[in-house]
Amino acid sequence: MLAFGMPAALTREDVAKIASLANLELEPSELDLFARQLGDILNYAEEVQQVDTTGVPPTATVLPRHSADRPDEVRPSLEREEALANAPDAAIDAGFFKVPRVIG
Amino acid sequence: MADLGAMTVRGIRDTIRARTHSAVEVCRDALARIEALDPQLHAFNTVVADRALARAGAIDREPERWRDAPLAGVPVALKDNLSTRGVRTTASSRILESYVPPYDATVVSRLEAAGAVIVGKTNCDEFAMGSSNENSAFGPAKNPWALDRTPGGSSGGSAAAVAARMAPLALGSDTGGSIRQPAALCGVVGLKPTYGRVSRYGLLAFGSSLDQIGPITTTVHGAALALTVLAGADPMDATSVPEPVPDYAAALTGDVRGTRVGVPRALLEQGVDGGVSRALDAALATLRSRGATLVDVALPHARHAIPVYYLVATAEASSNLARYDGVRYGFRAAPLSGAKGEELRTMYARTRAQGFGAEVKRRIMLGTYVLSAGYYDAYYLKAQQVRTLILRDYEQAFAQPDAVDVIAMPTSPTPAFRIGERVEDPLQMYLADVFTVSANLAGLPAISVPCGFTADRLPIGLQLTGRRFDEATLLRVADAYERETEWSTQPPPILNR
Repeated sequence: MLAFGMPAALTREDVAKIASLANLELEPSELDLFARQLGDILNYAEEVQQVDTTGVPPTATVLPRHSADRPDEVRPSLEREEALANAPDAAIDAGFFKVPRVIG
Repeated sequence: MADLGAMTVRGIRDTIRARTHSAVEVCRDALARIEALDPQLHAFNTVVADRALARAGAIDREPERWRDAPLAGVPVALKDNLSTRGVRTTASSRILESYVPPYDATVVSRLEAAGAVIVGKTNCDEFAMGSSNENSAFGPAKNPWALDRTPGGSSGGSAAAVAARMAPLALGSDTGGSIRQPAALCGVVGLKPTYGRVSRYGLLAFGSSLDQIGPITTTVHGAALALTVLAGADPMDATSVPEPVPDYAAALTGDVRGTRVGVPRALLEQGVDGGVSRALDAALATLRSRGATLVDVALPHARHAIPVYYLVATAEASSNLARYDGVRYGFRAAPLSGAKGEELRTMYARTRAQGFGAEVKRRIMLGTYVLSAGYYDAYYLKAQQVRTLILRDYEQAFAQPDAVDVIAMPTSPTPAFRIGERVEDPLQMYLADVFTVSANLAGLPAISVPCGFTADRLPIGLQLTGRRFDEATLLRVADAYERETEWSTQPPPILNR
């Protein structure tokens, strides 16, 4: 069976953990606010647990079956300069996006 | 000079074809109205006056080339989550405040190939997440019928722009009602096509299994003309479907004799404003008087549509918005200080913290949670299963032998609400999407058409939902209703000042 023992409320620690998974740095005040608001929304969403879905397949897409295959051909794409033009930090001539140092 | 502001998509196209007015005159008229009214309405994030006039001038210089173009010289406003090559595209977010796309969305290329003239990019809720436009990082758009009220959302700027006759046509995107609800609240027509009908290439993604682009216009005929241009398979979007594209305007016969209109009475019992309820009944009576048959339909699982929608859409959003990380485009937080070896991760987390607004963060968090280990089955998988049941209800209603052709309900349970009224309580804001989210979950086409006013003169929308890829029937019924009424021809008070 599925885990039905859902938390009735989210703690600050729960919210901090979700924020870390989502790569979001939250203020202490946001931890409290989101704990309350996300808890409210999840409590409301509990109602879907009451629906009998025995043997019901999940729907990930409503698309009718159709073939989206295409020949594997080389086609023009963005010029490197255009692709780098919006980067906050880039080495245009070398053709790189630049990020903070990741190794010591 | 004729009142160009009162003209429809067809009227403007025909006046340019007949050379009664030039494309430049029409464009100047639209730009003048934007200049006069936008300081009050804030419908636009960006206006591209010079680009628009240059484009209109090019159309005027080659009348032979453009004579048969379906939208020649028609001014169009684009929601600011549709990519425009060389024109800033922000999704009303700080994180994309200075982003200039290097390519056009397919809908943009199609509109321009059809002769349309882009006048600007419209305000919306950040990344299309919201029902009031209040989640725009640049401040809310206002409702032309009452400046202290929201135009709805998320395509609020597009709906406000069309309602205030700043452009006869605007594009919006609709993930859970974001075209139809603002159209209803602003007294204009809004169409969400079938999932797969219109290419999403170049639309900044929110919920990839739900998003569709569609037109907002003053008349159903305008929406039909626009859809004929927008629809069709696109090699750049593998989810666009190669169904034939009919001439939708030719389907508008004005005849609804024998058309079966389904009414989900049980669903309508929950929390509908009295004025909205009366307007719906009157609209149904009008359709019946023109020969349509009203049929009760049961959509027993539609009442679960809101939790299902907010579980599915936020899961997809949390994944789609992972790309905004301060590396390839957009805002990057500075200065960077973090534990040694953690500089990159700190940069990501701080960029996203400063770049996204509260509602976007809330939805990313909710989506991350429902996809996380231990909760995936209970929330996300369960929601996808109930989505199947919602979809089956519609399939059954549209199936033989008691098939209905369209299903009618209000677009929004209430008219436009006051700015600030619902911002403190996200859940209350979500609940107002009760009648719109099902069409997205089921992938069905749906249209909102004006059907009256409340006692204090706020517009009300009638929503019709149709069969998959049968926009022709949907538009025919909506147009037949529109012909019997005069709601669409009434301008908002901001135009009378």
